[in-house]
Amino acid sequence: MKRTIITVVGKDTVGIIAKVCTYLANNRINILDISQTIVQDYFNMMMIVDMNDSLKSSAEISKEMAQIGEEIGVVIKCQREDIFDKMHRI
Amino acid sequence: MINMREVVETNKMIEEENLDVRTITLGISLMDCIDSDLEKLKSNIYNKITLTAKNLVSTGKEIESEFGIPIVNKRISITPIALIGGAACKSSQDFASIAKVLDDAAKEVGVNFIGGYSALVSKGMTKADELLIRSIPLALSTTDRVCSSINLGSTKTGINMDAVKLLGEIILETAEYTKEFDSLGCAKLVVFCNAPDDNPFMAGAFHGVTEADAVINVGVSGPGVVKTALEKVRGENFEILCETIKKTAFKVTRVGQLVAQEASKRMGIPFGIVDLSLAPTPAIGDSVADILCEMGLEYAGAPGTTAALALLNDQVKKGGVMASSYVGGLSGAFIPVSEDQGMINAVTAGAITIEKLEAMTCVCSVGLDMIAIPGNTKATTISGIIADEMAIGMINQKTTAVRLIPVIGKDVGEIVEFGGLLGYAPVMPVNQFSCDAFIQRGGRIPAPIHSFKN
Repeated sequence: MKRTIITVVGKDTVGIIAKVCTYLANNRINILDISQTIVQDYFNMMMIVDMNDSLKSSAEISKEMAQIGEEIGVVIKCQREDIFDKMHRI
Repeated sequence: MINMREVVETNKMIEEENLDVRTITLGISLMDCIDSDLEKLKSNIYNKITLTAKNLVSTGKEIESEFGIPIVNKRISITPIALIGGAACKSSQDFASIAKVLDDAAKEVGVNFIGGYSALVSKGMTKADELLIRSIPLALSTTDRVCSSINLGSTKTGINMDAVKLLGEIILETAEYTKEFDSLGCAKLVVFCNAPDDNPFMAGAFHGVTEADAVINVGVSGPGVVKTALEKVRGENFEILCETIKKTAFKVTRVGQLVAQEASKRMGIPFGIVDLSLAPTPAIGDSVADILCEMGLEYAGAPGTTAALALLNDQVKKGGVMASSYVGGLSGAFIPVSEDQGMINAVTAGAITIEKLEAMTCVCSVGLDMIAIPGNTKATTISGIIADEMAIGMINQKTTAVRLIPVIGKDVGEIVEFGGLLGYAPVMPVNQFSCDAFIQRGGRIPAPIHSFKN
């Protein structure tokens, strides 16, 4: 499975999750796990998503998500799970 | 499953601590380009490089965006040109014209350096080797991206002192040819003892004759990550210090291994090695010298520096070896002066000298690197410094190198600007006593006794 980690960090505001999830749904990206916290007014979210049926390439998704982040004032990064897996698991 | 803490840790390394993959270097064999007709040879070389490397830069960018890890440089190493050009080149100008072709090919595929304008002369020089070496000043002053390296000695063969003498003169001549640019040509020229065949780092990268037709080698880096990890164990004993470096090196190298395998898969070119080096850049927080300071030294160069560097180098290797299936290249801590802000600070404060740097090269991965010296230094003095460094490599069975920049028109204390990743450096004083008679002897220093292991 081609899993990707999406991280969203920034000032908390209404509709961050809604915006991100709508985009993912529109591109047929399935969310497997979400964890989210607010630390000192800062919104921190990590999603694990499955991109197998995605309508677009990872590079496109990553670029468009970054744009959405800019619109709502947060930083959104999409990274293949492998980079975390390789670094933290033997 | 990966948790948020781990994701945050990785991204902090990338965003705040300058973790990056320093280079993906594509090694290309030019053996099948050899021809006795110079024009034919040049077109063969151009075609082979531009065809093999056509996807290198785009693949690198793809991996960067998918994994969110910066890949700073995409580079090419090639078979030493002295071997490839021997049949066709009748003069130094002929060789320099090949350098021009390499430069054009590098620009066409979009890599920032191409290494392998090289000769392997650790025991003796062929006519072609000598012509290539004599062409270096012209080649490096008429190209932008070509890097040159010469292997002058090895533990198995001893040291070729004729070539050491010649290179002292060539380094000065290269400095003279590029004097308008603070003798920048010398930053692209390095001499080695025990040069590795699979080094992905410039200026010393070349594609050894023992290698396959094409191969992907990756150099990782992350001095900032190690420094930050050590900030958390201030005051702890050496056991904890060493464990922390080892674990950090493991994490950094795993990223390199991942990138190397992905690049190899996507380009359909076999994976060679990961070079687990700590390579600094002039950026703040990307310094090897700062790691030494974090261990408890006021400046790099203070008493204890060699011990600190020795343990750093060793722990980087121990952590890295476990993280990668194949390691090679130079693998260890680099201590260039101009490319490391902490080193520059140490020179400016008067904490470090060339002699101390020489001692440090006994325990680090490479050698005297990116050191600016006065432009009026004698050729024999440069040869003497090279000979010392080659001897350290030969006796200790390790790779050592010298990349000195005699800056024409500048003297001790003046600042030299190289720009970009090459940084800037204060000109350092050189021992003024003569070694003329020693260098003039000629011939070669025999291989040491412990090279006879048969």
